[in-house]
Amino acid sequence: MPHDHEHSHVPADPALRVKALETLLVKKGLVDPAALDEIIETYGNKVGPHYGAQIVARAWSDPAYLERLRKDATAAIAEFGFTGRQGEHMVVVENTPQVHNLVVCTLCSCYPWTVLGLPPVWYKSSAYRSKAVIDPRGVLADFGMEIGDDVEIRVWDSTAEIRYLVIPMRPDGTDGMSEADLAALVTRESMIGTGLAVHP
Amino acid sequence: MSRSEPERAFEEPWHAEIFALAVGLSEAGVFTWPEWAETFGRHRARDGDYWLDWIAALEEMLKTRGLATPADLDALKAAWRQAYETTPHGQPVLLGEDNRL
Repeated sequence: MPHDHEHSHVPADPALRVKALETLLVKKGLVDPAALDEIIETYGNKVGPHYGAQIVARAWSDPAYLERLRKDATAAIAEFGFTGRQGEHMVVVENTPQVHNLVVCTLCSCYPWTVLGLPPVWYKSSAYRSKAVIDPRGVLADFGMEIGDDVEIRVWDSTAEIRYLVIPMRPDGTDGMSEADLAALVTRESMIGTGLAVHP
Repeated sequence: MSRSEPERAFEEPWHAEIFALAVGLSEAGVFTWPEWAETFGRHRARDGDYWLDWIAALEEMLKTRGLATPADLDALKAAWRQAYETTPHGQPVLLGEDNRL
């Protein structure tokens, strides 16, 4: 057909497929447009690593909170009002001088959305998903991390039911810092295990 | 694979829309999240485009549950394409009478 630039811009094929799905599902009453907007607002703008950083900062500051996280992380995280939407269970894994934890999802890209938002591109890549299990030290080296040979590396494979949050080691020189200041040291990578908390 | 820069959760509007549809359907009880992960994981095993796999997985789940046939979706897609092609620039794009909500 002649292209005269008078009509509206036609979206790319994937966008049209999604429009078709949305139209059909709304028409059948299977999804509510207001609920869709709320989901996009939540995951597009609200939830992100700053949620997880608050959990870590409190775990560093409050031994009783850390104990609750160890016993039932899902409930302890819900104290902040951060609750899972897929009924997943949260588990925290703590880094120590002897153990470094690394989180992956080899199947697809299961991720602790509730506390970290949506996963970064590298987490979803086949390179990371396959190499994290086969060669975790190599993965950590790719991220510029040097982990001593005497440190055990534990790899946690997330599923639809269980999601892991790494509690990185608290940096030296942070005694007496407020939770808010501590949270600023906690990066997304440090809560996945491909990074460390930042030194102030 | 490298250290990531800050990223937006969704690069394109349709990424957000397909994500919300899948999450919304699971919250509405149309399927469980483990069921979603099984289907999505199968698509991811072929390692195509991440967000195209969301679309393909959702289309498959609706088909296997008898909620949407490929023909239904193709017809709606064609209707949307036609609506864009026949709506003057600057006016809201709406589906024709047959498909209007």
